[in-house]
Amino acid sequence: MKKPLLIKDGRIIDPTQKIDEVGSLLIAEGKISWLGKGKASPPQADCDVLNAQGLIVCPGFIDLHCHLREPGYEEKETIASGTRAAARGGFTTVCCMPNTNPPLDNQTAVEYVKSRAASEGVVRVLPIGCISKGRKGEELAEMGDLASSGVIAFSDDGKPALNSYIMRQALDYSRAFDLVVIDHCEDTVLTEGGQMNEGIISTRLGLRGMPNAAEDIIVARDLALAQLTGGRLHIAHTSTEGAVELIRRAKEKGIRVTAEATPHHLTLTEERLIGYDTNAKVNPPLRTERDVNALVQGLKDNTIDIIATDHAPHTEADKLCEFAFAPFGISGFETALASLMGLVHSEQLTLSALIAKLTYEPAKIIGNRQGKLGTLATGAPADVAIFDPSLEWTVDTKDFASKGRNTPLAGEKLKGRVMATLYQGKLVYKDDSIKVKERN
Amino acid sequence: MRTGQQIKTVAPKPTEIWRHRHILDIDDFSREEIEFVFQTTRAMKEVLSRPIKRVPALRGKTLITLFYEPSTRTRLSFELAAKNLGADAASLSAPASSVAKGESLVDTLSTLQALGADIVVMRHPQSGAPYIATKYMEASMVNAGDGWHAHPTQALLDIYTIQEHKGDLKGLKVVIVGDIMHSRVARSNIWGLTTMGVEVTLCCPPTLLPTGLGGEHSQLPPVKIEHDIERALDGADAVMALRLQLERQQSGLLPTIREYIQLYQLNQTRLARAKPDALVLHPGPVNEGVEIASAVAHGPQSVINEQVTNGVAVRMALLYILAGSPKQ
Repeated sequence: MKKPLLIKDGRIIDPTQKIDEVGSLLIAEGKISWLGKGKASPPQADCDVLNAQGLIVCPGFIDLHCHLREPGYEEKETIASGTRAAARGGFTTVCCMPNTNPPLDNQTAVEYVKSRAASEGVVRVLPIGCISKGRKGEELAEMGDLASSGVIAFSDDGKPALNSYIMRQALDYSRAFDLVVIDHCEDTVLTEGGQMNEGIISTRLGLRGMPNAAEDIIVARDLALAQLTGGRLHIAHTSTEGAVELIRRAKEKGIRVTAEATPHHLTLTEERLIGYDTNAKVNPPLRTERDVNALVQGLKDNTIDIIATDHAPHTEADKLCEFAFAPFGISGFETALASLMGLVHSEQLTLSALIAKLTYEPAKIIGNRQGKLGTLATGAPADVAIFDPSLEWTVDTKDFASKGRNTPLAGEKLKGRVMATLYQGKLVYKDDSIKVKERN
Repeated sequence: MRTGQQIKTVAPKPTEIWRHRHILDIDDFSREEIEFVFQTTRAMKEVLSRPIKRVPALRGKTLITLFYEPSTRTRLSFELAAKNLGADAASLSAPASSVAKGESLVDTLSTLQALGADIVVMRHPQSGAPYIATKYMEASMVNAGDGWHAHPTQALLDIYTIQEHKGDLKGLKVVIVGDIMHSRVARSNIWGLTTMGVEVTLCCPPTLLPTGLGGEHSQLPPVKIEHDIERALDGADAVMALRLQLERQQSGLLPTIREYIQLYQLNQTRLARAKPDALVLHPGPVNEGVEIASAVAHGPQSVINEQVTNGVAVRMALLYILAGSPKQ
């Protein structure tokens, strides 16, 4: 039998237990078996040791929004490559969107993803099912069947449920399963042919813009429908100041809504598009500094509940073309933590708030049907992220485990780096500098 | 007279003022650079006035024009400019559909590179397309129009034409009337003219005005917006009418072409509001009777044909400068 592992002398941060202090963590049989503060010694003498001195030890990150592309787009990403990329980013649970080919709109497709995840994946994969059959936005998918096959939410992500009647039914019907409906909020009539945020930079670049209003309109509509039905609404990739305000007011009114923002929308602006970098082309588009500030403010006051990557890998050939022909999307797993640490280093967000929004908060939205996630409480699965908060490194996409090297951060210097990731007690990623030794 | 004549130019050496290896957009041209292009253009016009309009400045160089959109004057103008300078000019017509059929732009560009192109002149329906070239090609790229984005050589010839008539550009009032939103000519002129100190007024229906122009944004040039054409033209030194694509009506930006003509056509009555010696420009091809009345397009104030003539000289100047600029 495998020896227990002692993660020793790290700064343990676990918002669920309100812990932020140096200590050690003992992992046995895939579970957290003991957490000791300060210099406390573990009950078990015979174990391997990972020295985490100077490193942060926290629950493994949970990503409520990513694209693993399998089945159908295996040239962009597979469950094997995507989960390895997730592990490199400190993620131990990833929720994959159903816009695959075929889409995850039926139990068989969901079972396929689950079986691939069991055989090929290195972290937990929780599929999200479609809202509508074929993601067409016309008829509801068999949500009950999808729920019993284990989907953790419903979404037609990539596009909105544009038909208000369908969205109303989805929010209403899903109440029976207590699962969230995640909407990609975009009035696609207003954004037809759009390439980037509508504003000063789109005027300069001569590209068709996508106005903030296109997002705000659907957010406002969805909030009204959530109020009408009492269903659980989750707003995907919030990107506008207006949407943040609408969500804030809806929460004050007691509407059941949660919201996410992505690392790129929290840290980058539309100025990244100057020079026509197709790797900065993403939907919703990178917006203005004003929107970024509103999102960060929303994170702080919990209007924005969680951070999700919207990891959207594409091949090099997909992106190596005229701007208008390039698909939307940023490969996000492997830079997420480091870019978000910028918010901590600039003192806009506390470390524990950041960790909560990557762990405990998304776990709350998923619910407890999948077991205890996002915590280092004893008995919970030993899903752990270990990172160096201040190590500087340069993003080299050749090092990515993801097949998608499409990031506007290539060549960028970032501060903060994931050093090791454990999934159910197993070391699924470690930096070369991390050594696991026998005790003594 | 032999063809070996030199260019009588006292222009400074390109490297002293000129920073560009490519000509992609006019928004990063300094006033000095534009002046330098004009100074070289005057030397080229002198060459063009000779019985044999040729100098061997670009002998041994290969220029390829790559057009993904139809063009008459721009393409011909570049090819004549190249030939007048002794370069070899070849052309490749690539209908936009070929992109969908297989060969990517990057592949096409690397083929041109392999064929030994020194300068590639490209027109493309997608904004930003020439920027890809700069990453994958050693040859100099000249943007002959990309999507809605830029048409720098057109703007330079327009501004040159205005300067030839008016002398000092500073403080002149130039009005651009028409579909600003979808016009690369308008965009490049807005940047180029404001860089030269011209007061630019844009006149169009609000649905054809790009976001932010007329506001106070440091990233955008200062322009005035006047939706009433008569007020816009008051005291103007020059007015540029833009081609209105008839499909703009179909996409809901205008109620009818008829109403557009009523509100925005440059006609004689309206032109009378401008200064008596105001110039009338149009980048062509002209939709006579739509954005501009025939009588105005062919009237005494029109410099539309001079624009075409100057186009060759400006492009000769640009090719000459590019050939002399250092490779990086």
